[in-house]
Amino acid sequence: MPLPAFDTPLIFETGQEGRANCYLPEAPALDTLLPKDALREDLPLPDNSELDVVRHFTRLSQKTFGIDTAFYPLGSCTMKYNPRINDAMANVPALRDLHPFAPDHAAQGALAVMWELERALASLFGMAAFSLNPAAGAHAELAALLIAKAYFKKKGEPQRNVVIVPDTAHGTNPASAAMVGFKVLSLKSDAQGRVDPEEMRKVVGPDTAVCMMTNPNTLGLFEPRIHDVADVVHEAGGLMYYDGANANALMGNTRPGDMGFDLMHLNLHKTFTIPHGGGGAGAGPVGVAAHLVDFLPTPVVRAFGADGKPLSATGWTESAELTFALDFDRPDSIGPMRSFWSNFAHMIRALAYCYANGADGLTTVSKLAVLNANYIRASIRDVLDIPYDEINRHEFVASAQSLKRETGVRALDLAKALLDRGYHAPTVYFPLIVPECLMIEPTETESKETLDAFITALREIVATAKSDPETVLATPVNTAVGRIDETRAARQPDLRWRPPQ
Amino acid sequence: MYTPHTAQDIEAMLRVIGVDSLDDLVRVPDAVALRAPVEVTPRLSEIEIAGRFRQHAERTTAGAYTAFLGAGAYRHYVPPVVGAIAMRGEFLTSYTPYQAEVSQGYLQAIYEWQTYIALLTGLDVANASVYDGATALAEGVIMAVNATGRKAVLVSKAVHPNYRAVLRTYAEGLDLDVDELPYGEDGCTDLSNLEAALAEQRYAAVVVQSPNFFGVVDALPNGIAQKIKATKTVVIGVVAEAMSLAALAAPGSWGAEICVGEAQSFGNAIAYGGPHVGFIAATTEHLRRIPGRLVGKSVDSEGRTAYVLTLQAREQHIRREKATSNICTNQAHCALCATVYMAAMGKTGLRNCAALNVARANELRAKITKLDGFAARFGGPTFNEVVIRVPGRARDVLAALEKKQILGGIELGRWYPELDDCILMTATELTTSADVDRLATALSEIPVRAAARV
Repeated sequence: MPLPAFDTPLIFETGQEGRANCYLPEAPALDTLLPKDALREDLPLPDNSELDVVRHFTRLSQKTFGIDTAFYPLGSCTMKYNPRINDAMANVPALRDLHPFAPDHAAQGALAVMWELERALASLFGMAAFSLNPAAGAHAELAALLIAKAYFKKKGEPQRNVVIVPDTAHGTNPASAAMVGFKVLSLKSDAQGRVDPEEMRKVVGPDTAVCMMTNPNTLGLFEPRIHDVADVVHEAGGLMYYDGANANALMGNTRPGDMGFDLMHLNLHKTFTIPHGGGGAGAGPVGVAAHLVDFLPTPVVRAFGADGKPLSATGWTESAELTFALDFDRPDSIGPMRSFWSNFAHMIRALAYCYANGADGLTTVSKLAVLNANYIRASIRDVLDIPYDEINRHEFVASAQSLKRETGVRALDLAKALLDRGYHAPTVYFPLIVPECLMIEPTETESKETLDAFITALREIVATAKSDPETVLATPVNTAVGRIDETRAARQPDLRWRPPQ
Repeated sequence: MYTPHTAQDIEAMLRVIGVDSLDDLVRVPDAVALRAPVEVTPRLSEIEIAGRFRQHAERTTAGAYTAFLGAGAYRHYVPPVVGAIAMRGEFLTSYTPYQAEVSQGYLQAIYEWQTYIALLTGLDVANASVYDGATALAEGVIMAVNATGRKAVLVSKAVHPNYRAVLRTYAEGLDLDVDELPYGEDGCTDLSNLEAALAEQRYAAVVVQSPNFFGVVDALPNGIAQKIKATKTVVIGVVAEAMSLAALAAPGSWGAEICVGEAQSFGNAIAYGGPHVGFIAATTEHLRRIPGRLVGKSVDSEGRTAYVLTLQAREQHIRREKATSNICTNQAHCALCATVYMAAMGKTGLRNCAALNVARANELRAKITKLDGFAARFGGPTFNEVVIRVPGRARDVLAALEKKQILGGIELGRWYPELDDCILMTATELTTSADVDRLATALSEIPVRAAARV
């Protein structure tokens, strides 16, 4: 279903000064309240009626593609359905309007939400504890590397400053490492797209701090020798970090803790159905094994039993009989990562999703995510290259390399042709090690009918590429705009509207 | 569960794949098999989920109190139109707009957000947002470090303590020294030793906040920014209460080259601390050091106006370890809420709202300082917060107020031991005269303990 094409003027080009809405009571003039030199001279913002504001943003929404619009097979992003009950719960007034400086005794329910979620995540991923503090996945990576740095400092091994990252890794991994002053060592995958423990053995040493991996990796392949890789890193004195971007593949099946990881993060906006919202806000809990708990960011939620004694960490616990407190007094902590305690509204959404599934449900979620991905792979393997043609996990990588050689049609062109058919494009040109790649992640919330229609569309586009490549190269034509001049955008940056002189 | 598969679907799909069972698809080596059963919440229906959250809400009693809490998270009126627009599924469920052809609406909204922030801060450009105010400060400092090559920063003690704490967390990774400027008797940053401090040219940036953590207008006085810049040091202005930008002199006008802050006040819920929405604005000179996403205006193949994520050569997915930051998400949806809010309020509404905030805080100050033993701790003009010195310890006064169903403010002794007899009180357009009267009455009824300060 094509998105409508119509020009929408900027909000700054609309309205008339003084066209006020009726939100506020009468206010005194500012210059009667504050000294003149403290005040600003002008505020060149538009005044619009509420109706015009509603129309403006409704039209903008109609030119925006979401999961609610159609199938969104964007690899590595886990664009699954975002259940509306989650948003309804996040909007319960007592929780939505709670101030972070409210005393603990007046915030017990909110602390219970954080505690229950933290316990569920710890059990689900085999970690001793999680901190819900970081604001997003990359932010949690930064927290984890700061934890590693603090751990080695305390251990008297501050020379450990090398982070080993497989060449399939997400770009955030090396960028996060650079932010804590760690050097990045990129490790080449083997012919099967996996990390070889023997190769790992060649690069670890007394300077090894952390090995950052995801499993399944960004090719969607399970690392079968992950345990051996972890042993090699541990023997060298390093820590294993699990990038939880692909956690949707393994819930209830295997756990990072059982694979030998010491630290990990989760993207709650992927696996736990928090809406991506156009690129945030996300949420990135950071989890650690027992030897790293003291270094977690502040604050952490502590629970106390009916006897008033602190509860030792266990699996998921009924919160009704417990009381809770925020603990800021943690001498070994790396400190806070952000202004306040967590992206709490998202913790509500994630917990609501846990409630809706339970352990069995989450296990099924992962199995069906894997089923859907394999079904698409098996259904297109005769028309596109599948560089690693084996049972994959929740996503897989196809390549347009042969097609490009034959017809000149690239992965990017296939992506744009899919937009014309009303689908979102897969991730293209990532991971970096597969040329002309398309990374496809359907998620478990899509039905067989949706997948079949997508497969048909993709096959037809490939057929058109072979018979009439120009048609594919000219796509998209059914979208609000055609292909955009990105060079001009970067060379002559126009990043804002300016008032007419 | 939100999975549509029937048993027949699963069977048919497994046949196409060529395996016999779902378990065959997810088999893992014994070495990494589950070591313990997974214990998560019990599985509930939607009716039961709502019931559980009702219990959580009932245990969250803060809403039953009359509250004067602020300090970086502010209770403001949010017109229902904000939620009505923001909850549209296209906005709520879209990914980062990398596929620009099908994301023109969101891209334009972010371009409008960037414009609002640039206009409000009085600077040339703003990014698509960052996590929150504290992380915006940390990222702003990194910009200054990259601009100057210096590994130290000078921060006013009147900057929000949480922001300074986060800066210290980041500084540990970046190997950065964080030094502090004291505050003076008027509540403003004490600049008397600034020139001496700058003489060594070791600071990447001077950081001040206005209104500062004490609520006091703390813009740099005339001429100071020029002196700072003369030592090739970057001036960073922090704004933890974005509503103030509608009234107070724009940070760009008093010399900030980088302005960082928190825009939760614009149409976003407090939500126990997040998600909120940080912003970074800067002069053009710093454009290529700005972290995170930027939306630019360009044209499409037909010459039509088109928006697109741009200058991505700064970002982690292209530059990896050489990126300006590891930031991958922004707070797009929170920025969208803020943009809808600003559009609905308009210039007139925002200015009126800012005026109401000042007026209500002035009323609070007037009524409380009339009471015996209570005084404004600092003299300078304030926006919507005021530091009140109380007889005895602030902690005891706040505890007594809680017994009367009032959350009277924030105890400053938590971060400033020398201010343990001070409470930071906040009033906004949602604070009524009756609320203030209730607070004043309650305070007058608290038995005044001998202020036996050691």
